[in-house]
Amino acid sequence: MMRLLIALVLALSLPSLVAAVEPDEMLDDPVLEARARVISKGLRCVVCQNQDIDSSNAGVARDLRILLRERLVAGDSDEEAVAFIVARYGDYVLLKPPFNGKTIILWFAPLILLGGGVAVGVTTLRRRQKTDKPNGLSASEELEIKQFMDAQKAGAQE
Amino acid sequence: MKRIFAFLPLVVAVVFGGFFLWGLNPDRDPNAIPSVLISQPAPQFDLDPIPDIGTPGLARNDLVGNGGPVVVNVFASWCVPCRAEHAVLTGLVERDGITLFGINYKDKQEDARRWLEELGNPYARIGSDLSGRAGIEWGISGVPETFIVGNDGTVLYRYVGPVVGEDAISKFREALIQAGALKRENS
Repeated sequence: MMRLLIALVLALSLPSLVAAVEPDEMLDDPVLEARARVISKGLRCVVCQNQDIDSSNAGVARDLRILLRERLVAGDSDEEAVAFIVARYGDYVLLKPPFNGKTIILWFAPLILLGGGVAVGVTTLRRRQKTDKPNGLSASEELEIKQFMDAQKAGAQE
Repeated sequence: MKRIFAFLPLVVAVVFGGFFLWGLNPDRDPNAIPSVLISQPAPQFDLDPIPDIGTPGLARNDLVGNGGPVVVNVFASWCVPCRAEHAVLTGLVERDGITLFGINYKDKQEDARRWLEELGNPYARIGSDLSGRAGIEWGISGVPETFIVGNDGTVLYRYVGPVVGEDAISKFREALIQAGALKRENS
């Protein structure tokens, strides 16, 4: 039973280990190949849109993997190779959105929303504390109460 | 100051409501991939013809100086929607006099030849993109895709998927009118 369970767990974890990279695509140079693998994990497959090209079996993903390796072999740096593909497919192929003028709201919106929320929360709590605190009576109010109590006492004695 | 804060929930509701409205718009396709090519010069490519069909190949230079915008259609014989789209494109060429170029994407040349023999060949030029490399230059994600390229080689419009059905055809015709390839029909 235990053996079966282990086998099952291993079988289920297999897909996450296996990439779609086929042996004929791989580069002979292990350093370049490793770089290619890292870059292609950050590139979106344009057919199956939430998968990276490293794990996608789509034809276009395979073409992009091969293209990427060609660029690396040709001597491109990682940035140049990515820029080459972005020039054709746009920022959309980057799984992690780049930091630029168009995406500035995307990056800062969570911070701004968090800040706004905290500000609203703090002011609300402060205001509540202020109103909860019993204020002392003013002099005129004290006088009014005194007069009322005196009148009551006078009325009770009669 | 307090009065201004009173309107804050309303402002937040309007902003979020606007986003929801935008998100729920049935015309919006969340899978649509924005094209970087629009308003950019068409990419460099040079494709050989499919042998024995008598239609010349297609290169970047052929897109320029045709006396008007041209339509570049990426197709393949293995692509089923292309078969339906073929009739629409043929109609555009025969009735409306559109100049149509084709990129035969990752297709066996023999299959492409047979496909064109069976359905007819509306293409003025066809480049055979065996490796799919020209497709990457155009930034395509699948077949079919159809581009409208201006006389100066600028990409004006991109349609992803088959131009089939009333909505798609009217959208594409509108783009052709905008590009100056078609005259608006007087109705």
